[in-house]
Amino acid sequence: MQQPNKLSPFFENLNFERDDNTMVINFGPQHPSAHGQLRLVLELDGEQVVKAYPDIGYLHRGIEKMAENMTYNEFLPTTDRLDYIASTSNNYAYALAVEKLLGIEAPRRAQVIRTMLLELNRLISHLFFIATHALDVGAMSVFLYAFREREFAMDLMEDYCGARLTHSSVRIGGVPLDIPDGWLSQMRDFCDKVEYELEHTYNALLQENRIWKMRLEDVGVISPEDALSWGCTGPMLRGSGIAYDIRKEEPYELYSELDFDIPVADTNDSYGRYRLYMAEMTESIKIIRQLIPMYDETEPQLMAHAPKYISAPKEEIMTQNYALMQHFVLVTQGMRPPKGEVYVPTESPKGELGFYIKSEGEPYAYRLKCRAPSFYHTGLLQELLVGTYIADVVTIIGSTNIVFGEVDR
Amino acid sequence: MRKYVPKDSVQKKAYYTDRFHVVPSTPREDVSTDEVFAKHLETLSAKVEVKSARIELGSMVVEINHKDNYKAVEILRDECGYAQLTEMSAVDYLAKDGNFEVFYQLLNLKEAKRMRLVMRIEQGLAVESVVPLFKSANFAEREMFDMFGIVSNNHPLMKRIIMPDDWEGHPLLKTYPLQGDEFASWYEVDKIFGKDAREAIGPENRDPSRIDRYDTKRFSRVGYEVPFGADISEGETKTEIEYSKTFLVDYTKGSGKQLDKRK
Amino acid sequence: MAQHQVNYASAGGLPVALTTVDHLVNWGRSNSLWPLTYGLACCAIEMMAAGASRYDFDRFGTIFRASPRQSDVMILAGTLSKKHSEFARRLYDQMTEPKWVISMGSCANTGGMFNTYATVQGVDRIIPVDIYLPGCAPRPETLQYALMMLQKKIRRESANMKNNTKQNLRLI
Repeated sequence: MQQPNKLSPFFENLNFERDDNTMVINFGPQHPSAHGQLRLVLELDGEQVVKAYPDIGYLHRGIEKMAENMTYNEFLPTTDRLDYIASTSNNYAYALAVEKLLGIEAPRRAQVIRTMLLELNRLISHLFFIATHALDVGAMSVFLYAFREREFAMDLMEDYCGARLTHSSVRIGGVPLDIPDGWLSQMRDFCDKVEYELEHTYNALLQENRIWKMRLEDVGVISPEDALSWGCTGPMLRGSGIAYDIRKEEPYELYSELDFDIPVADTNDSYGRYRLYMAEMTESIKIIRQLIPMYDETEPQLMAHAPKYISAPKEEIMTQNYALMQHFVLVTQGMRPPKGEVYVPTESPKGELGFYIKSEGEPYAYRLKCRAPSFYHTGLLQELLVGTYIADVVTIIGSTNIVFGEVDR
Repeated sequence: MRKYVPKDSVQKKAYYTDRFHVVPSTPREDVSTDEVFAKHLETLSAKVEVKSARIELGSMVVEINHKDNYKAVEILRDECGYAQLTEMSAVDYLAKDGNFEVFYQLLNLKEAKRMRLVMRIEQGLAVESVVPLFKSANFAEREMFDMFGIVSNNHPLMKRIIMPDDWEGHPLLKTYPLQGDEFASWYEVDKIFGKDAREAIGPENRDPSRIDRYDTKRFSRVGYEVPFGADISEGETKTEIEYSKTFLVDYTKGSGKQLDKRK
Repeated sequence: MAQHQVNYASAGGLPVALTTVDHLVNWGRSNSLWPLTYGLACCAIEMMAAGASRYDFDRFGTIFRASPRQSDVMILAGTLSKKHSEFARRLYDQMTEPKWVISMGSCANTGGMFNTYATVQGVDRIIPVDIYLPGCAPRPETLQYALMMLQKKIRRESANMKNNTKQNLRLI
């Protein structure tokens, strides 16, 4: 029996010296294909996985506990670090949950900007998925190409909010900033660029690539029943032939006014999911193109008017006494939402990202639970990996597109 | 006098509350206002005792006894079409009435409806695991055990998931401080170097605004770099910041040092 | 090294350069720093961006290696949680000498915004750090600058690692 000592941890359920013909392999938490800090303990029979045990928690930072000890506005930048590849979608999901609890709605211009940023973040996240997935499978050049386009998207985000990675570009009740000059035309160029590259670079490199297809086809097959039972959402659910997109079914923001399709793959395998991600990027570009003319039709109001919860614009704070007083109260004490509970789902690039907030009427949330899609997709791995070959493990992890910031929170 | 801090809840409190402040409540509607939810509730209440039901901010909230949780989830899945368990966790009400509130968030994909099944459970009691119905509960129930200490019966592997196996305490309880207890603060030192090293490494710095001007072992000031561990209580001299320079050497003009000239 | 420019054409095709052993060894070490791909959290994305097409880390001779046995620099990119800390220390111990550590981002430096029960409040509690890199998350340029600073530091050091006063916890 293994004895626990310094630097050699103690695994109570694992026996590394075995009598049967299986071998136990420890995968991660530092494996470069583990997408962060996933640790998998794989039991192998030859090359085939007999048992997989995903071990998570290596990036647990206590974000839910922090939410209980921070006012609602203080907590918003922390949500950036959940799914750090598409930060704005987290900011937005949190802001939307609080807005629903408060019963306020963002003004039209803020909605246009938010929807645009959400779709831009979807593009960033999907490009990152293509990059890392291809890199894990062995296609290095796709990684370099996809990061090139991703940098252009990062430039757009940087022009808007000043940050590359941790945006905090959405506030409770609206957006903090208007779009800078010339941003929309850059956005239009970016859409053209990505659309061109999707067709001419990624599709040309991957779609009919024989190795790519051999590595991905019929690998990681999730049946629709399993996908529902394991709580798969987003591309993982649609990759199993179930057309459920929260943007369409339970529309929020401007999605009810926009014209876009929900791509669905019914092959249930990794290749279908890859095609789905590519199709979703095209849809995102379509949505952004529809939003650009909508911006000019809106009034220049960025934050909702709700003096009880949201500070007045800076101009009013500097000129009007009551606005200043209210601002002082909101900054020092924090807003006090009504007593109640709310769960708001949004369609983040990874799947259903929802925030459950339990409020007792205090400036601090009594309980905040972040429903992270990757958490449930990681749980799926323990069943999905069984019976596959060791070489496919990396493909399957890549195709689930998990991010450890939101798995462990 | 020291400020009194309640032991049963160390959550941050508002430092000032207006004495006339009345806490409003979110709008709550009767379930009969929504046809679909009313139908689901009727199916559920025929077989399971429903304590209360309401529609709050777009989703139905149904409170039941904690003993009925498996049965209720089964009915909702099989008869009402709630095909996905999107979320489950608990809320700590121990300080208020000695209970936990366990909730199951369910999604009906066909009708795009969401409902929440809520139940109160006393501390020390276990809930029945719903893993046979929804596999997504596998990780969620383990997380609930890890964070609150609520055990699920008949779970395939009921052990900690997020915190290390040898961790002490359940972090999301209201009695657990945000910055951790004594065990948490020394965890990595004890694990890697052993308890003897505590003195050499020293306690954690939990004050984000702490600055030790004379600490030359950790950070250095740009422009005032000194050797590691030097004593700078007497003051240190300014050093020029060296920027890397790029030399462009034109070989054609013979500007490089030539070996044959040294002969 | 760099001061002794050789004109190969006029030196009869003889590539001769004179230097000290220290310079030569440090020149080699500093220009082929191979970091470990040790992405912990958000900063890992910026570390990847630094290695990708726009920022192109390869021109520093910096190529990410997946194994600690092959790498010289450990870039701790992101939050180190208490559960992970023993693995971080073990990876550091697995790296061959000489080795350097860059702590990237506020979380790795001091715990940053995550002043909670689950995060290590500064990786220097368990690993000796050479360069601290501020920011949340630091831009790729910052990481490149840090690597250049590290190169400079290595060039100043003695090639014999025993002569260097290195801050480490090996006494324990």
